[in-house]
Amino acid sequence: MDALVGERRISYDARGLSEPNADVPHVSEIAGTSAVFDAKDLTTRQINLELRSLIYEQGITDVTVRNPGSKHSIGVAILHRANITYEGSLGYFACGLVDGPQITIKGRVGWSSCENMMSGTVVVEGNGGSLTGAAMRGGDLVVKGRVGARTGIDQKGGTIIVLDSVGSTTGFMMQRGRQIICGDAGPGLGDSMYDGAIYVGGKVKSLGVDCVPGEWTDADTELIERKFRIYGLGTPPSFQKFVCGKLLYNYDNLEPSERRIVL
Amino acid sequence: MCGIAGIIYRTGAQNVGKDMIAMLQSMKHRGPDSTGYALYGPGAKDTIVLRYKLADANDPRDYEFADRLAKHRKQVEERIAQAGAQIVKVEAETDYAFRVTVRYAGDLKTLADLIEDVPMAEVLSIGHTLEIIKDLGDAETVGGQYGLDGFMGTHGIGHVRMATESDVDISGAHPYWAYPFADVAVVHNGQLTNYFYWRRRLERNGHRFQSECDSEIIAVYIAEKMSEGATLEEAMRASLEELDGVFTYICVTGDALGVCKDELAAKPLVLFESDDVVAMASEEIAIRAVIDHEINTYDPYESEVLVWTL
Repeated sequence: MDALVGERRISYDARGLSEPNADVPHVSEIAGTSAVFDAKDLTTRQINLELRSLIYEQGITDVTVRNPGSKHSIGVAILHRANITYEGSLGYFACGLVDGPQITIKGRVGWSSCENMMSGTVVVEGNGGSLTGAAMRGGDLVVKGRVGARTGIDQKGGTIIVLDSVGSTTGFMMQRGRQIICGDAGPGLGDSMYDGAIYVGGKVKSLGVDCVPGEWTDADTELIERKFRIYGLGTPPSFQKFVCGKLLYNYDNLEPSERRIVL
Repeated sequence: MCGIAGIIYRTGAQNVGKDMIAMLQSMKHRGPDSTGYALYGPGAKDTIVLRYKLADANDPRDYEFADRLAKHRKQVEERIAQAGAQIVKVEAETDYAFRVTVRYAGDLKTLADLIEDVPMAEVLSIGHTLEIIKDLGDAETVGGQYGLDGFMGTHGIGHVRMATESDVDISGAHPYWAYPFADVAVVHNGQLTNYFYWRRRLERNGHRFQSECDSEIIAVYIAEKMSEGATLEEAMRASLEELDGVFTYICVTGDALGVCKDELAAKPLVLFESDDVVAMASEEIAIRAVIDHEINTYDPYESEVLVWTL
């Protein structure tokens, strides 16, 4: 399909994308159930096709992706158990919708990484962009660097651990799950959150609407120590806990069955 | 959506044209409508470079189009002379956009106003080192059309535009020159919600606006603050209080480059700093287009203003 802009012709495929139809590139070096491939000269689509072919069709359980080059939408919707290591940074929408894999990213991730993640683990060695773990439903997401704004927006489950600081409106409209922030938190922490818990080790610039300090329990201590032990994060700092004040929304107007539907 | 990028070299002039083309082309998906560059070359002490256009690439080419262009071009050159400027060189990179080197020590507003009094004429930039080049199409198309892949300079910014609230034309493309202040330009990703307030206020101070684009406000706002004595950083910090909306913008002068994010950090920017270069873009993939190895980047937080000087 061609679109005419002035005197220049710009070509798009039927979906409006400039990337042509891609086949599985079959570029991996395979040894037993392990595979390695270099993504430097592959498009996003080719990388994802290669990953899916290895994990879904060839029975590979350990995949290493070299030179991902900060490309977007890498490793999305991997629904099998497998160990995946990215040797480098990923771009926007990395590892979204994953359900089961154990992922290590030896670099940073762009905006909206692990969006709608269902289960499994993702460990990011570097920094994260904004919207990290947006609408996450389960699993553990560990970012060893700093993270941008709106971390865990609309989070519905799972645990997000950030070893450094987070930006504004972290936990905005969070519904369930936990966030363990070791550094500082920007303004509007937990704004309009429905439920869940946010633990902050550093300073909080300001709390968002209906976010209030929560009561610390032994279960909180156990949770944090267990997560730090699992991911080899050393001794946890002391944290403040923040929860929903449950004043913003008219919870009393909902029947228990309705609450279960809404939340 | 739009995408912005900037680069400043700490080791002297580099091929900033080639680097900016690569950075912006990698973000074509953020805006294929138009691409613009504000590049800072070596310049010369006794001359200024003036870039203007007389038409758009997608204007209808009627039978009288060429005659009209020639007539208007002649009028512009007469106006430049009328302002007291001496034309050193005129280069036509397209049939409708021109680069003019002039000797001129007078008031830039007078010069710009005289030129823009010619029908269809729009001054894109005036500066000792600044040159703004913008046109329809992606980064490689515009860069190739204007021969930018050999442009040597100390710093530059660029923009890929996905037109939303205004037309696909050169007037709506970024970067914006801060009329009538030399060597100041801005690229912006976001929306200003008090655009008309600031437009009316700045117009009352004698400034003119070529477009309906909110981003043009930022350039003039910053330059006016600086003309009143503020540093670039002070002017950008003031914008956090006085400009409403969601924005990330990059502002450049002849010897500095600064970035500013709104209080919600609603628009993206990824930043990379090394001993040799500072590079930034809406997406890391743009920085990786010019740095071919793994790098450590981060997103500036809300209300951050960062400035680097040469």
